[in-house]
Amino acid sequence: MTAGGWVVLVASVGLVVALFAWCVWKVLTTPGESERVHGFEFETPDEKAEREAD
Amino acid sequence: MKGARAVQERWGSRLGVILAVAGSAVGLGNFLRFPGKAAEWGGGAFMLAYFVSLLVIGLPICWAEWTMGRYAGQRGYHSCPGILFCITGRGAAKYFGVIGVVIPVIIYMYYVYIEAWCLGYAVNFAMGAMSFRSVAEAGAHFSAFVGAGGDGSAVGFRADQVGIYLVLVFVLNFVLIYRGLAKGIEWCCKYAMPALIVIGLVVLVRVLTLGAPDAAKPHHSVDNGLGFMWNPTKVVLEERGADGAWARREELVGRSAIDAARAEAGSGESLRVREISPWESLWKPELWLTAAGQIFFSLSVGFGIILTYSSYLKRDDDVVLSGLAATSANEFCEVALGGLITVPAAVAFLGVAEVAGKGTFGLGFHVLPMVFCEMPWGPGFGFLFFLLLFLAALTSSISMLQPGIAFLEEALSIGRRASVSLLGFVTAVGSGFVVYFSKGMKALDTLDFWVGTFLIFVLATVQIMMFAWGFGVERGLAEAHRGSCLRIPRFFVPVMRYVCPLFLLAIFVMWLAIDVFGIHRVGAAPEMSGYIRDLFAAPVNPVAWMSVGLIAMVGGMVWLIVLASRAYRDPDREGGGK
Repeated sequence: MTAGGWVVLVASVGLVVALFAWCVWKVLTTPGESERVHGFEFETPDEKAEREAD
Repeated sequence: MKGARAVQERWGSRLGVILAVAGSAVGLGNFLRFPGKAAEWGGGAFMLAYFVSLLVIGLPICWAEWTMGRYAGQRGYHSCPGILFCITGRGAAKYFGVIGVVIPVIIYMYYVYIEAWCLGYAVNFAMGAMSFRSVAEAGAHFSAFVGAGGDGSAVGFRADQVGIYLVLVFVLNFVLIYRGLAKGIEWCCKYAMPALIVIGLVVLVRVLTLGAPDAAKPHHSVDNGLGFMWNPTKVVLEERGADGAWARREELVGRSAIDAARAEAGSGESLRVREISPWESLWKPELWLTAAGQIFFSLSVGFGIILTYSSYLKRDDDVVLSGLAATSANEFCEVALGGLITVPAAVAFLGVAEVAGKGTFGLGFHVLPMVFCEMPWGPGFGFLFFLLLFLAALTSSISMLQPGIAFLEEALSIGRRASVSLLGFVTAVGSGFVVYFSKGMKALDTLDFWVGTFLIFVLATVQIMMFAWGFGVERGLAEAHRGSCLRIPRFFVPVMRYVCPLFLLAIFVMWLAIDVFGIHRVGAAPEMSGYIRDLFAAPVNPVAWMSVGLIAMVGGMVWLIVLASRAYRDPDREGGGK
């Protein structure tokens, strides 16, 4: 790999690692943030209603 | 002690949140599509176009989707037609929303087929049934496994055929979605995501410590693999044809290969060694098209999925950090894991010549299985790698079902069980169609082109224009900032209003010109793409027509339901938020 290749690799990987680490740090250190940040993991109202009807 | 345990549990739950966010963002494209595209164009040029696309279209559309979804969800809408209707207050918008139901439903039909390949390969590696002597042999095995040789040949239930894995995967997806999101997707993300990252790191360490596995072939090394992937300047050996035009013979990586090629080229009359700088590549529209397409597919923007999920958020949930965290987790898996595993491993065992020019499936299912056959403890690592791909695909495919379920519940006023059953029937028919018409993977390829590329661009453009011009950027940002610990930088105001729509329009025009009408440069004679020739040039391809018919049928059904439904009469049917 050339020196330019190393620069591109380190810059690209470093950028995404830093961004991900910063987001993790932000979620972990901001009070109440873990209750307000979501992926696709939560129970939807339709599913909740269906479950409660059982 | 009690306090320490409470702190530990709190941090445990917070890490669980991060893993759940990441799990929903990562898919097959991170580990297969991205490395192949980056290596094809050269790390420098591709990564520049990739990060520009991320900044100009990926993040803005992602934030717009999270914000519009939460806003409309507060007003009682959870499907794409309802959300776009609510955002604009115009009845016509709900018909554009049909696209946001069609995309995830159709993509699910073929994505689950690819997911089954991954499971099948993982099981076959675990059983020690994968042994190849060449890439061609691995490719032949793949063709037989997926039924590429003839229509109907994929339908079989032996361990070395895809049928049994497809049934397993299809049932697993619906069991997880039928059990509900909390139990299903959360369970999946909670266990699948940590497993995926651990497996990814194990495979990464193994790959980066391979060095040059065959002492007789020192140029087959991880260093050259990394160079092939990341070197900003590509070096190629070109040959002059009978018509005087230069054509690429092979790509060169490593000082010894370049020196040898220069010596072979001599005076340069029939052979020449040429360096392609990143600046030269950046002028090619195909590069921007590829990079933007990768961002779309990877972040799932323009799929209608984020809209639906964010519509279930509470009023003050953080959409800005949720979107950024999901994006960053996805980028981490794509660039830091996918970018350092797939291509370097392949080059270390097989050399640049065997790897160059291989597409996504070629790299993942022809080259890599051969790599694992050559590698010490290869079956174990092969099993781990394909298990990783399967887990990544599973978290994505589950999320593709919810937009369809939300739409059926909302538009037809039916319960979850009825909507899951109805969607299960429709997707089973569609997946059956894709699997049966497996010759040359024509059905899969056609659906992917018209839905996985064309409709995604259309929906993404519609969404950002409705957000920026219909809803208003300033109003949109104010809505996004409610409950958020971050502020979207002001830089994104003109980006969302002007740059993003224009960039998308430019990409769309380039896509039409290059991939549809085959115009590769100004003044050149157009050569219609295979997808157009399949439909209109004699003899037309009946499978291509049936695939387009399937899209039209699903779209028509959704359109009729939207037309007839009473759900889309009032843009604020729950009285302006909860």
